[in-house]
This record gives sequence, structure tokens and C-alpha cells, in this order.
Amino acid sequence: MTRRARLAVFAVGVVGFGFVLVWGLTGLPDFGDYPGPYGIQLQKVGVEQRKATNLVSSTTFDYRGFDTMGEEFILFAAATGLAVLLRAQRGEREDEEEAEDHPADRRGQDTSDALRVVAIPAAGALIVLGLYVVAHGALTPGGGFQGGIVLAAVPILVYLAGQALFARKLSPMGVGDVLEAVGAAAFVCIGVGGLIAGVAFLYNFVPLGTQGSLLSGGTIPLLNVAVGVEVAGAVTLVFSEFLDQRLLRSGGRR
Amino acid sequence: MSFLPFAVAAWLFLVGLYGIVTSRHLVHMIICLGVVQSSTYVLLLAVGYRSHAKAPIFADIPVGTQVVDPVVQALTLTDVVVEATVTALLLALAVQARKRFGTVDPDELGALRG
Repeated sequence: MTRRARLAVFAVGVVGFGFVLVWGLTGLPDFGDYPGPYGIQLQKVGVEQRKATNLVSSTTFDYRGFDTMGEEFILFAAATGLAVLLRAQRGEREDEEEAEDHPADRRGQDTSDALRVVAIPAAGALIVLGLYVVAHGALTPGGGFQGGIVLAAVPILVYLAGQALFARKLSPMGVGDVLEAVGAAAFVCIGVGGLIAGVAFLYNFVPLGTQGSLLSGGTIPLLNVAVGVEVAGAVTLVFSEFLDQRLLRSGGRR
Repeated sequence: MSFLPFAVAAWLFLVGLYGIVTSRHLVHMIICLGVVQSSTYVLLLAVGYRSHAKAPIFADIPVGTQVVDPVVQALTLTDVVVEATVTALLLALAVQARKRFGTVDPDELGALRG
């Protein structure tokens, strides 16, 4: 199909779709006037019941904890699938390039001192920030998903600074898949802990603590840590897989 | 302007769709899909908004204060995670497409297989 024909088809489709979209949107309650009963109920009882001041966290990790487990396994499956997808080709190319000068070896010398001076202290600060965001997920905005992403930025920053991350045995890149698996397993284990305690799966069975303190919310901060580990591991794995591809490609071409 | 957030969501959806249709590069196409998905965040957050309500964090506001709906915010969090995973997987597929067919132009990809 030519581009012109495709645009014509798109134009016809988009007019119909736009009509249905506007029709659907006009059926929504007015902006600022949401009547949803669950949010109102949570607002009344959520904080008293769970002692966690971040109502979004207690919704995500407690009231909708089972959904979040599914969400975590979506991430797990996607990161694993990506590793499999990209790994399939690696074997083919690696033999030819074994003898060649690996571009990774030169990288350390190419990085400017300015970048290195900024990136290495920033990596330290990011570790603290990430841990803070994960640990305070039950109290203030943040949590395992957000903090995990911040933590995953650390190895990327260190790579940018030109530090040798390519000895896979030692580097944080190599532990991505392990962290990912540990985080996912920890989430399920905390859920099973509810069964062991004699209540439902993922029930908040840990003592709730005092509202506003670091360990308030029972299982919520624990699940936040599990998710933080999982997200940091998964994103690191994804990044290192793409990086491997990049290094393989440039290694083969130049 | 009570309809404005919904208009933004619809506009993001349509403009992302236009980007996908006219795309000449797989990575560009994947980013356009991200734009389409971001319209769902705007829509969800707009649906859950309550006028003059606070964010649903009770760290420094008294319990019982009128807050915006925490359920849709939790759903948006799920949405963001799904978008990240979809983008990562599609980018991996784009890498493989480049390797196998030597091009990232969706038009040429179709021609090669046909």
C-alpha cells in the first residue's frame, strides 16, 4: 500500500474513531466530580485500617495486592522474554568477534574527566535517593516501582562514566537477572506468609505499627522492598541486554 | 474548561496514532505507541480528579480530608509499568528486525517479506 493510500484509510478510520471517542467521553462524569465509591471508601477507612499514610501505596500493595503481583510478573516475564529474544542471536556472532579488539576496552579512555567527575558522585547520591524512595513508599509519594527505577539508573550512570562494567562476573549488569528473580520470589513469599499466619494470601499479617513511622503499614513496606529489588534488577537486565547488542554490533562493524 | 483534560487525552491518542501510521522508522513507531499509551494516563488521572481535593497522601494532611481517587492513581501506576515493558519488548523486536532484514523502515519490512 502506498503512503498516500494508507493516509486515506487512516483519515477515514480516524474520523469514525474520533466520533466514537467523543461520544464515549461525553458519557463520563464531569471533570472534578468523580463519584467512584471505592476511592471515597478508602479515603474514609484506608489510613485507619492500614496505618500507611500513602493511600496509593496501600491501594497498590494491599487492597489490590494480588493485581500488583500480576503486574510484577508482567515485568518479570517481559525482562526475561527480552533477554531470550536478544540472546538467541548472541551465540552466532560472538565467535567471530572473540579475537577482535572489544570496543568496551577502549571506552574507559574515551570518557571525559568532566563526565566522570559528575557521574560518580551522582551515582552515590542516586543510590541514597533510590533507597529512600523505596523505604518511604508507605509514607510519602514513591515506592518500590519508582525507587527501583532510580536504583537501576545507577549502573547506567556508572557505565556512562566509563567504568569497566563488562567483566560479567563482578559487574552489577550480571546480577540483574538474579535480583529480578529474588524480588519476584520475595513478593510471593510475603503473600504466602499470610497463608502461614492463618489468613488469606497477601493478607496484611504483619503488625501495622504506628502511623507515620518508617515501618508502618505491615506488609506494605516489605512488598515495596521486594518490588524495588525486582524493578531495579529487571531494568538493569534490560539495559545490559541492549548494551550487549550495541557492543556486539559496533564490534562487528568497525 | 472542564472538558480540557479529556480533550488532551483524545488529542494524545490521535496524534500518537497518526505518528504510528506515518512512521518510517521502527523506533519512532514504538515511541509513538508510548504517546498513545500516555493518553490513557491523562484519561485515568482526569477521571479520578475531584475539585479542590488534595493528593491521597496523608503524611501532612489530617485523615478524612477530601482527596482525589487513589484507585485510579494505582491503576495509572500499573499502566506505566505495562508501557515500560511493552516498549522494552518492542525495542528488542526492532533490534532483531534490523539484524534479520537489514532495515528498520516498516514499509521496506513489508516489501521484503511479500
